[in-house]
Amino acid sequence: MHLQRYLPVIAAVLAVVVLHLALSVADATYYMTQITMSAYYALVVVGLCLLMGYAGQVSLGHAGFFAIGGYASAALTTSNLLAYQHTRPIAFCRSLGLLLERQDLYGTSILSFSPWLAFAAAMILAAFIALIIGLPVIRLKGHYLAMATLGFGLIIYRIVLAADGFGKADGIINVPPFRLFDGLQVNGRAPFRVQNYYIAWTVVIAAMVLTTNLIHSRIGRALRSIHQSEEAAHSLGVNTYRCKLCTFILSALFAAAGGALLTHYNGSIGPSEVTVMKSVRYVAIVAVGGMANLWGALLMGVLLNFLSLRGVFGTYDDAVFGAILIAIMLFAPDGLLRMPRLAWPPFLASRRSHG
Amino acid sequence: MAEILLQTANLDRYFGGLCAVKDVSFTVPRGVIKAIIGPNGAGKTTLFNLIAGTIPPNHGTVFFRGRQITGWKPHSVAALGIARTFQTTKLFAHMTVLENVMVGRHPRTRSGFLAGMLSLPRIWREEGDSKAKATAILENLDLAEYASEIASNLPFGRQRLVEFARALATEPALLLLDEPAAGLNIYETKELADLILKIRGQGVTCLVVEHDMSLVMNISDYVVVLDQGRKIAEGPPRDIQRNPDVIRIYLGDDHAQHP
Repeated sequence: MHLQRYLPVIAAVLAVVVLHLALSVADATYYMTQITMSAYYALVVVGLCLLMGYAGQVSLGHAGFFAIGGYASAALTTSNLLAYQHTRPIAFCRSLGLLLERQDLYGTSILSFSPWLAFAAAMILAAFIALIIGLPVIRLKGHYLAMATLGFGLIIYRIVLAADGFGKADGIINVPPFRLFDGLQVNGRAPFRVQNYYIAWTVVIAAMVLTTNLIHSRIGRALRSIHQSEEAAHSLGVNTYRCKLCTFILSALFAAAGGALLTHYNGSIGPSEVTVMKSVRYVAIVAVGGMANLWGALLMGVLLNFLSLRGVFGTYDDAVFGAILIAIMLFAPDGLLRMPRLAWPPFLASRRSHG
Repeated sequence: MAEILLQTANLDRYFGGLCAVKDVSFTVPRGVIKAIIGPNGAGKTTLFNLIAGTIPPNHGTVFFRGRQITGWKPHSVAALGIARTFQTTKLFAHMTVLENVMVGRHPRTRSGFLAGMLSLPRIWREEGDSKAKATAILENLDLAEYASEIASNLPFGRQRLVEFARALATEPALLLLDEPAAGLNIYETKELADLILKIRGQGVTCLVVEHDMSLVMNISDYVVVLDQGRKIAEGPPRDIQRNPDVIRIYLGDDHAQHP
């Protein structure tokens, strides 16, 4: 049983490698750029799937958390600290190796926080904001929660659009690559394409292993029980409020991590990442994947974002995701992967209640 | 007299202008089966909700195992040893019977989010224990054959038993049963009576809200009668059956014999 739960992990690893080989053979490795980006977007979707599909709580504000991760990383790694380099805190950070020195396109020296520090700060900030927002709103149910999270997303959007420090409508550019270890860096330039394809997938698959473990644990059972009857779960000793709040924070962390990594990969982030339609898109993808179906969410997250990034939907991009959401709710509320009630192979059928 | 397990003192609960429970005080000694009866709308389920923490009382206190638990949240009440079933069964419909019962192990297990995500070895042990305990409870209630069934696929009578099993998995000292016989036929009701006696025999005190008078009179040691939110009588079933006030609320004035 333990092994069975990791079968999709093994399948995913194989699929990633096979896809790489296939693209190499077809001489189409340029697709890997969009696949890498899609993988980071899929991270948001996976976190949201945990919140929506398992804990049964809607969030229409996940683009906000994505933006918190992305903008925090971008702001900390692009702000020039050169003028403050002799102040005590900055000098102290420098001695600890927490700063990054580089030169921009025009040869200006820039001294900024290192991406590692920025990433950690972004995660802490995202968790803190999710906690502050979650404390009151997670008490709400159904559309009230949807409205409240929608409001949160709108606030973040307006802040990003209005604040000078976040570049207003232009966003933040010249975000440096994220050097993970020697030789490994999150960097969107062509020579790093293959490396980044694997970095992104390593992150995503690690996230899948963590969430798969979680949904099969005591907490996962508690989350599913909250989804199916909150009152009964509560009466059986499940601290429903705390479980939902922790899941909300966890899911916000996934979104923020996706945002931070994608920002380093792209080298920039702009307000288009923070629009309400982005949040709706994540919700639509979770719905297409089948709500309580992590692997479905991942698959659809990568596929639909890839098509969107390739421009397949053209100027109707947002409209397509809106239409997808309507169509799924009407015709396949269990998600596309479960739509035709096909005969499932027995080993899958028995696991359907787990996703 | 046995130790007092549960005590309510002067409980009041209003819904707007409606007084659902008014000045209700009673005690439940350890090891008994106590029934709460009364006409529809007498406040029985509200009283249960006050005890289980689903809603707080406007006035009054609830003591359990000597601790004041007034206003505690349901999960804390459950952790202290009160489990309940619902008037309309609230199973986790898409989970298996075994998983339903394993949720009942929640307050007796510890592993959290981080341990769950990392699947630490101590989780495996805890999961194994939970599964073993849940299985034992299912066997005890003759439900073992349904362990891997999806809960909503079970016949109604069995679903009710699964709800029992789930509540027992929390290792309660006090079990609150809200109309356990509702919707059961007479054979199932007979089985239910045996089951409640068996559960009591295993050391679980039971407080039962019930409409089925024969069930109440057969199994309970004490009966509390509520009418319009007030306690109007309390005593052994034999006395309650003869109580003129009780006869009046159930059958009308004509039937009440005044001594």
